[in-house]
Amino acid sequence: MTNQDSNTNLHKKLAADNSLPSEIKKLISKSLTRRNVLAGVGAAGAAATLAACGGGGGSADANTVRWANWTLYLDYDSEKQTYPTLDAFEAQTGINVSYKEDVNDNDEFYGKVQGQLSLGKDIGYDLVVLTDWMAARWVRLNYAQKFSADTVPNKKNIIPTLASPSFDPNREQTLPWQTIMAGFTWNKEKIPGGIKNFDQFFAPANKGKVEVLSEMRDTMGVIMLSQGVDITKFTEDQFMNAIDFLQKKIKDGFIRQVKGNDYKEDLISGDAIAVIGWSGDTFQLATENNGKFGFAIPEFGGTISSDNMMIPTPSTNAAGAQKLMNYYYDPVVAAKVAAYVNYVCPVAGAQEELLKIDPALGNSEFIFPTAKTSAKLNIFRGLTAAEETKFQTAFQTAAGNA
Amino acid sequence: MASIRGVSAKSFGLKDNKSALPYLLLAPGLVYLAVFFIYPIISLGQMSTKTSSGEIGQYKQSFRFANYVDAFLESKEQFSRSFIYATIATVLALAIAYPLAYAIAFKSGRWKNVLLVLIVAPFFTSFLLRTIAWKQILGEEGPVIKVLRGLHIISPQTTLTATSFAVVTGLAYNFLPFMTLPLYASLERIDPRTLEASGDLYANGFTTFRKVTLPLSMPGVVAGTLLTFIPAAGDYINAAILGSPSNKMLGNVIDARFFKIVDYPTAAALSFTLMAAILILVTVYIRKAGTEELV
Repeated sequence: MTNQDSNTNLHKKLAADNSLPSEIKKLISKSLTRRNVLAGVGAAGAAATLAACGGGGGSADANTVRWANWTLYLDYDSEKQTYPTLDAFEAQTGINVSYKEDVNDNDEFYGKVQGQLSLGKDIGYDLVVLTDWMAARWVRLNYAQKFSADTVPNKKNIIPTLASPSFDPNREQTLPWQTIMAGFTWNKEKIPGGIKNFDQFFAPANKGKVEVLSEMRDTMGVIMLSQGVDITKFTEDQFMNAIDFLQKKIKDGFIRQVKGNDYKEDLISGDAIAVIGWSGDTFQLATENNGKFGFAIPEFGGTISSDNMMIPTPSTNAAGAQKLMNYYYDPVVAAKVAAYVNYVCPVAGAQEELLKIDPALGNSEFIFPTAKTSAKLNIFRGLTAAEETKFQTAFQTAAGNA
Repeated sequence: MASIRGVSAKSFGLKDNKSALPYLLLAPGLVYLAVFFIYPIISLGQMSTKTSSGEIGQYKQSFRFANYVDAFLESKEQFSRSFIYATIATVLALAIAYPLAYAIAFKSGRWKNVLLVLIVAPFFTSFLLRTIAWKQILGEEGPVIKVLRGLHIISPQTTLTATSFAVVTGLAYNFLPFMTLPLYASLERIDPRTLEASGDLYANGFTTFRKVTLPLSMPGVVAGTLLTFIPAAGDYINAAILGSPSNKMLGNVIDARFFKIVDYPTAAALSFTLMAAILILVTVYIRKAGTEELV
């Protein structure tokens, strides 16, 4: 297909797309001379600017669900430039979904919408996806609407380990979108024996070449678990004990860095040979590097955290958002998403469905932990505002940042 | 009141118009300063004395000036590290940039423009990318460490990244053009006849440099060191990418206080303290260096 053909096709598709505002469709359906395109871009830009004034995801519309999610977190057809499961939902229900990859960081997103939330004003989204601890804060501040099994019947499909976190014991305000395990990731060439505990992780040969996550809950969760602490209900003393352990390992030069997602680069460059890392990352890293990296949940247990779907209190289309949540808790749909995103799937029954699509992925321990594995995964308990500040300060101090 | 106003308008009207012109011309700059400097500074000052109102990220004004003391005491290690690293990096940059600028100004002949472009060219790439590139170059699988280990200059256990060495050299590298260009500008302006005169008066090369070249290039030295030292002291990218938890600078602390701990008052107090400290140091330095041409 020539470039021009593909342009024409895209042009037709966009013109037929019901989710686009009519002004933009009008512009697209005009013949695409260079002059028109340039004028159109200007006008579309102006339209987008105006739309942006209405809030992050656009202004409220009874038939549109405005959804804010993280990047690369929904099945995407790069050839057709569509989200297949989302298109199917729209066709099935007649509800439009305005899908925006607007969440880059929990704190940053919170900073953007917190002002409106506290005033009870529309934040421009009917559905947001935020990590457990941030979700806990939303629940505490009553920023998330309640939903019931009547309106979201598929919520019964949630896997048992995720069914009752301390911040939302009955899953009435939050529902996991995808789930991430934290454990040990290592370079198989440098550490052929693998890593199961901290004795192996902090072996003298690894000095200065191990890293831990800057996500406090994962790093501190794993350390506390190694000390036999139940992280679903630890005390401040237990947390501070674990901080002392971390601080000592940093002072002694064992831990090279406390890092976010970019620990991946250090693993590839060889600067780090073992890290406390995330399962999904390791899975993708191993695929990209001829299976060079291994991942294991520590023998004393690992952490599991989820990014949760929530309906902001001021949302005017809770009904549509609930239908959308319900749709993604259908195992058939969840399997399609899991096949693309490769994170732990929170929906029971999706495994059977994924086995039909891709047996290798369907059997992956990273996507569908077995009951034995799940028993080793723990959710970090919710923190009060005072604890959050105190613990985060202690953690950042240990990391040299405060 | 009215008559006074009438008189003043009548008698000074023309003069007022005349004197208003410079202010009108200044207006865009003043508005810019008001919006992007004065307002943020005031808001930063207000934030720095607030205390928590119970919820994360929400603070109430309680004029707690002890925030400054607490913030400083909690981060004094990173504070002193920022100034030590920035000083070493500035000296290092000066040591590299002076001969470089000298060579370009006096010895490069027709290659002058090419050399200047070569100095500036890498800086068309983002600061962040260049720092990440250094991490790769100095990293475990990088060429430098392999050569050094191969030649037994460093032991197999020694690493180059995640050290203060990497942070300081990163700072020196990243701000090198800010040192080189002002130095070049003032060296280039030196009249070669002053150097010839110095030779005619039986001064040797070293004496000529000490008595003629260096004093004449002082405005460049002062401008270069300031342009290097100030951003280096507030930098956090180099420490974050090339350092370890033991090499963090004050910029990293401010970053973490703002975005990780969501402790805006401490972050604001630290920002203010850093600004004040730099201002004092720079004032003392300029007084000592005494470069009227610069200020």
